[in-house]
Amino acid sequence: MLEQEDKILEVRQLQTHFFTDEGISKAVDGVDFVLHKGETLGIVGESGCGKSITSMSILRLIDSPPGKIVGGEVVFKGENLLSKSEATMRKIRGNEISMIFQEPMTSLNPVFSVGEQIAEVFRVHQNMGRKEAWKKAVEMLKLVGIPSPEERAKQEPHELSGGMRQRVMIAMALSCNPEILIADEPTTALDVTIQAQILELMKTLQNELGMGVIMITHDLGVVSETCDRVAVMYAGKVVEYATADDLFDQPKHPYTIGLMNSLPRMDIDQESLQAIPGNVPSPYNMPNGCRFAPRCPHAKGICHDAIPELRNTDDGSQVRCWMYTPEWEDHSDITKAGVK
Amino acid sequence: MSVQTQVAQDKELLLDVKNLKQHFPVKGGLLGRTINHVKAVDGVDFQMNEGETLSIVGESGCGKSTTGRAILRLDNPTDGEIYFQGQNLLKLNKKEMRKVRKDLQVIFQDPFASLNPRQTIKSILYEALSIQNVLPKAKRLERIYELLEHVGLPADSIHRYPHEFSGGQRQRIGIARALAVDPKLIICDEAVSALDVSVQAQVLNLLKSLQNQFNLTFLFIAHDLGVVRHISDRVIVMYLGKIVEIADKKTLFQSPQHPYTKALLSAIPVTKKEEKRERIVLEGDVPSPINPPEGCRFHNRCPLAVDACKTQVPPLRNIENGHQVACHLVS
Repeated sequence: MLEQEDKILEVRQLQTHFFTDEGISKAVDGVDFVLHKGETLGIVGESGCGKSITSMSILRLIDSPPGKIVGGEVVFKGENLLSKSEATMRKIRGNEISMIFQEPMTSLNPVFSVGEQIAEVFRVHQNMGRKEAWKKAVEMLKLVGIPSPEERAKQEPHELSGGMRQRVMIAMALSCNPEILIADEPTTALDVTIQAQILELMKTLQNELGMGVIMITHDLGVVSETCDRVAVMYAGKVVEYATADDLFDQPKHPYTIGLMNSLPRMDIDQESLQAIPGNVPSPYNMPNGCRFAPRCPHAKGICHDAIPELRNTDDGSQVRCWMYTPEWEDHSDITKAGVK
Repeated sequence: MSVQTQVAQDKELLLDVKNLKQHFPVKGGLLGRTINHVKAVDGVDFQMNEGETLSIVGESGCGKSTTGRAILRLDNPTDGEIYFQGQNLLKLNKKEMRKVRKDLQVIFQDPFASLNPRQTIKSILYEALSIQNVLPKAKRLERIYELLEHVGLPADSIHRYPHEFSGGQRQRIGIARALAVDPKLIICDEAVSALDVSVQAQVLNLLKSLQNQFNLTFLFIAHDLGVVRHISDRVIVMYLGKIVEIADKKTLFQSPQHPYTKALLSAIPVTKKEEKRERIVLEGDVPSPINPPEGCRFHNRCPLAVDACKTQVPPLRNIENGHQVACHLVS
């Protein structure tokens, strides 16, 4: 078990809603997790599950209006970030908590050289002079494995390949030696061989620098290869929270099981895939009970009537499902639910 | 030889692509002259039999989508021959090509971009039927309802617009449109790449069952190797405009021969221990297709490259029963 004092970030009951003409979209509606020092936490789920909104909420990057963090706490080093002033947040972003995004081309400024853009981080957050900042920028490029960094630093983003740009983004994010790196689909836009390079790089740097990483992804493969602990999200809520080993050995929530069964297997032939029937519910019109109930093969009356809590199970993981509560009478369903 | 390839060989040859080249001009300089070419596809040969699913995989810029577009004549290829049902498509004029498209349909990646937002589903499907004039007018509406049923959409969708549907449903509309004219070959260009896994599984199941029902042939262009492994009978691996390996699915995934195929397969992140392979992390990036490396195009990233690889282009050679590899080190 990890020590209590190693805890660097705790998200409690986070709720981020969007107030639009069409109604209230409860994009994030009760998310809890803990990140420890040096640990990689995966947040996994499909489009619209609220995984990116969760990460943006941690850094308070939600556009308001229409978005608003309506409840919960984000505790970073003992203090609630949601009650901080904007000026304080600005000091924390990119310095203590930094973030990389899916598409490096939209996050980089196209008219400045990548060296200048990294140097800016040092000038803003660490008050370095131009020359010193440039030297540090080149060092960072070297750290993320860019060949001939002195030359590359002078180039503009369009002169670099996709993988190279993502390395630049990582260099920039790690410049201030942050305690937390939030990576939002960092390899989704990249080809598999380049993805393998970037994931390898992130792992090495994490071991060297000891930061905590929040890895947001839709790819269960990426989760399995990089994460220590995983929060599976569905329709704005965490439905399962477990160590990566437990999650892949013994997934519990019917949604997690459904996701794993939907993936084509690499080791055996299947005539057809076990798809999850139906679609994700609209965020404007969530089901009253468990949000997965309309698509769940095990759903009963109680599932449609009331939202289950995220509860501890015997092996230390947490699951939000009526099937694992005393209210559920027929426990043979649990054994039937397993991954094929 | 696997049962599948045997069956495939008994069937009729549907598509025969010979030495296909697609070079796009790069304009530049003061006068905007063509200063160079992007060699997107540079000499590709393969055959397809009726009823099989052949996949083309490779990373961005390898030429897989360009190959598909060339077969559909959406771009005009620089060189080569494409025989579809015995007819060289590159010799046809526009009008003749339109006729061929009755048997040759496509499903694109982005169901948001490939459906007209101002057309109802009825009008989208009706248009497909009337362009090819496959049915008398009186029977078309009936056919539209039949198509919706085939792809699993409710009958009341016919008066709705594309934006009222989710991504997976829109892809079903795209499939219905391709299916409308009763084609022989459907080119699926990253047809499930934009979908979430749970919905992707639904669409993959649909494609498979439609194939069985209507004896369709699929040319499946994709980058996701898990999907490719699930859907294909045979697989082509491309790198930088050239085919590096062709094999039936089982052979390709169990005993890949080309060093690039090996690296590609090892790079897939997987969730199960029994699926894990020893990771081969390739150095560097894919070179530019404007100035591809001399000799084997993979030599500068290949962990096994020898001197011959730097100067001689390896031909695509048959090593056994239709397993073809382009590598000097594989005999």
